Amino acid sequence: MDMDTHNQSSCSWRVRFALNLKGISYEYKAVDLRKEEQYTAEFEKLNPMYFVPVLVDGDTMVSDSFAILLYLEEKYPQKALLPRDLRLKALNLQAASIISSSVQPLQMLNLLKYIEEKAGPEERLSWARYVIERGFQALEKLLENVATRYATGDEVCLADVFLAPQIGASTLRFQIDMVKFPTLRRIHESYKTLPEYTASLPESQPDATI
Amino acid sequence: MAAAVGVASGADVPSKLKLYSYFRSSCSFRVRIALNLKGLEYEYVPVNLLKGEQFGAEFSKVNPINYVPALADGDFVISDSFAILMYLEEKYPQHHPLLPSDLRKRAINYQAANIVSSSIQPLQNLYVLKFIEEKVGPSEPLAWVQYHIGRGFSALEKVLADHAGKYATGDEVCLADVFLAPQIYAAVKRFNVDMSQYPILSKLHEAYSEIPAFHDAMPENQPDAPEPQA
Repeated sequence: MDMDTHNQSSCSWRVRFALNLKGISYEYKAVDLRKEEQYTAEFEKLNPMYFVPVLVDGDTMVSDSFAILLYLEEKYPQKALLPRDLRLKALNLQAASIISSSVQPLQMLNLLKYIEEKAGPEERLSWARYVIERGFQALEKLLENVATRYATGDEVCLADVFLAPQIGASTLRFQIDMVKFPTLRRIHESYKTLPEYTASLPESQPDATI
Repeated sequence: MAAAVGVASGADVPSKLKLYSYFRSSCSFRVRIALNLKGLEYEYVPVNLLKGEQFGAEFSKVNPINYVPALADGDFVISDSFAILMYLEEKYPQHHPLLPSDLRKRAINYQAANIVSSSIQPLQNLYVLKFIEEKVGPSEPLAWVQYHIGRGFSALEKVLADHAGKYATGDEVCLADVFLAPQIYAAVKRFNVDMSQYPILSKLHEAYSEIPAFHDAMPENQPDAPEPQA
């Protein structure tokens, strides 16, 4: 199994975390986004949206992190990331969607560059913070009565796979004050104790620059 | 103001589903299509997003995260169109399944759905467009939306090229179609996108207009759609 990826991509981070949790080994194929390697004709064959990650599993190619994660869940059911209980499953999918539709797309690099160009660097930061905090408020309300050690209980699930990179990247890049989000802050601390999480960190990847 | 759609009868009928929806919301449109395809009765409860009703006290009690659409199944409320669809898929497996059994075809459906739900629709959300209009200028939102739709549609043409049949991923209506229909509709009706560059999506748009479940879910056919101008 190969994954075409970049260490800084939070979407790639989701898939790395999940692969580690499921104990699936993979070959890491770095795509240098800073050198715009995603726009080559070769990469376009892998993903015409020009996004990482892309998973290549034998002769099956899947792009988009959410699609990849659902594919992995169905093909490799060990260490299930979606609870069997319908309501808990729905909660996990909601949390994942809040991040993948309402938060991450609105703070992607090319979007922030656009805002900075058109409206200035302060607007860029204030927009990113607005989008993230809006999403975190929703997640906090969604999970506050369900989260224990992790987002929806005592097992790491799909919600955690999305939350971990989002919280990790947001706090670093945009200095989000997590005091406002006590549930999210608490579960983030739980992730840090997991070797699967540590191994998925951007700085632990082969293409991390020193 | 709630409008009842259909009548439940019989002793063993479960409590009716309630859909909190805005007529023009692309995400609400997806859920309406799925409910219609699955033949599931539901009560339509309008939430006016332009008036900010999603933040009102009444709706906040139902859904504390203020997201529309939201589906209430008895005491359980779910937001997010994808989560709602997967819930319906699993709870009513006999009712027009939206996912094929083949794993690869499922993956294509998830991919197409996510291109729409992550890479296109969020960029045309009301508050995003308001922000761009305020900070950049009044003519900018349309160019912005057209750019993102174009990017997503070009990718979809390539993703679906080897799979499309009568519908997006074959000859059965699937999850991808449920996400594509409202997005293509918005592109055509609201954002003046030139569909001639997207032959597969154009063909799908025609096909969807002939399916009653899709037609009945269209914004103009909802209880909260404004009266057509004379």
